[in-house]
Amino acid sequence: MSPRLLRRAGSALRYLLLSLAAFLSVFPFFWMAIGATNTTADINKGKVSLGSALSANIASFVAAVDVPLILWNSVKIAVFGTALTLLVSSLAGYGFEMFRSKLRERIYAVVLLTLMVPFAALMIPLFMMMASSGLIDTHIAIILPSIASAFIIFYFRQASKAFPRELRDAAKIDGLREWQIFLFIYVPVMRSTYAAAFVIVFMMNWNNYLWPLIVLQSNETKTITLVVASLASAYYPDYGTVMIGTILATLPTLFVFFAMQRQFVQGMLGSVK
Amino acid sequence: MAMTGSGTRAGGLRRYYDVNGWLFVAPALLLIGTLMLYPIVSSLMLSVYSGRGMMMRFVGAGNLVRLYSDPVFWTALSNTIVFFVIQVPIMIVLALVMANALNDPRLRFSGLFRTAIFLPCITSLVAYSILFKSMFSVDGIVNRTMMAIGVMDQPISWLTDPFWAKVLVIIAITWRWTGYNMIFYLASLQNLDRSVDEAARIDGVPAWGRFFFLTVPMLKPVILFTTITSTIGTLQLFDEVYSLTEGTGGPSNATLTLSLYIYNLTFRFMPNFGYAATLSYVIVVLVALLSFLQFYAVRERR
Repeated sequence: MSPRLLRRAGSALRYLLLSLAAFLSVFPFFWMAIGATNTTADINKGKVSLGSALSANIASFVAAVDVPLILWNSVKIAVFGTALTLLVSSLAGYGFEMFRSKLRERIYAVVLLTLMVPFAALMIPLFMMMASSGLIDTHIAIILPSIASAFIIFYFRQASKAFPRELRDAAKIDGLREWQIFLFIYVPVMRSTYAAAFVIVFMMNWNNYLWPLIVLQSNETKTITLVVASLASAYYPDYGTVMIGTILATLPTLFVFFAMQRQFVQGMLGSVK
Repeated sequence: MAMTGSGTRAGGLRRYYDVNGWLFVAPALLLIGTLMLYPIVSSLMLSVYSGRGMMMRFVGAGNLVRLYSDPVFWTALSNTIVFFVIQVPIMIVLALVMANALNDPRLRFSGLFRTAIFLPCITSLVAYSILFKSMFSVDGIVNRTMMAIGVMDQPISWLTDPFWAKVLVIIAITWRWTGYNMIFYLASLQNLDRSVDEAARIDGVPAWGRFFFLTVPMLKPVILFTTITSTIGTLQLFDEVYSLTEGTGGPSNATLTLSLYIYNLTFRFMPNFGYAATLSYVIVVLVALLSFLQFYAVRERR
């Protein structure tokens, strides 16, 4: 084979591989959308065309679940949790990077080490702590442990290395205080870093499962993820109804991702540099 | 840096610098201290107690002895290790290959491919587990398609056969996380200097040679980072197996992971916090050990 033909074949192979990967990645989303319009019997038979059961599925989902309340619970946890995480963790990432001292570097190392500790190891004492402070079945118990994220602190510290120090020095000469420099210079300059962190943290909070499963015990406090999981955990789940739930559980993250996709990619580029 | 210089000259400035440093990190440290470090330590202390619920007595190393003779623990441990040993390499290699394929400025539709391949990782673990469960049911779309194209002539019972249930878990995690890891590689590939690659191409080094001997070595730090985070993730595996198997880790414990066993010991069966805490330290030790090994493996070859 001539080199040119070889390169052609290589290029065709590349498109084939990527198309296959893209197809396999997107197919379950397609399956979810199609499934929402089909009856459970049709879903179990593997039907991949639009059906006519959409309104029946929606009706049975709405009958089983208090949709506005459950969605509000999820939104509340995801939005407040994400805002607090970004604030606290970016303050810490900035602080560790801009004001270095031997002691703080050691503490930072300990913070990074906590990344290695699996949640299962914290779960039991955390549950006992929450129980003794009467926070079981509250949303505060879900939000509190997620705020100081070692991973996000690390992410902000890495990204802060690209923050131009001249800006800080200039602002100091102009008489700005440290919190003003952070709020009015650092935050706007690093907005793509914040956007990428927002996407990641929002998804973590929205999709969180194990801890809410333990803490949220009454139907009034549960999140969409918990509700969908319990609908699907029947031995013969009513997939038509469940599909409506999975769509509701997926749409917000899909929306956040597409709304911030460009900043997200920029922010990721900055963090790996 | 300018601040450090002046800080050493004047004590007042140095103090100002230090006070501000602490102020910025204080809220995070307070939270990490009370909600991470304290639980970690108290979990260690719990692990020398045993008993039902709050009625606990000191047993010293008793939980370790029990662990040693607990067949369910060994099943959960070996399942977790199987998931880790098979799934992580497959995913890392797939992610690298795809990032490399996408990292060509002449490639058309690269944005579309990138978005499509990244899309799985925005789904909630629960939602995609449900989708996989319905796609892989005995009469489901996957079995039908594979039988239609002649890959097999008997439907596979993905959810009830111990071997295929494991395979299903691996397929599901790989689907969810490959795109996530790919983004890290792609981001660092695009920050790399392309001129070395160009030079090698002109010198006639074939694509696979450039991939193995130029790209992969240059990506070593990111590969290390993603391998360690994937290791931690796989060793903590919970959501997927919980929702694929209705919380049982079945069929016959074939997909029971350490985290799921800890959950069951704590919140499903009669709670035994002490024994569960001991188990959780098994994961801590495994993660520490494996992360250290991975660091070591990368250092060696430098």
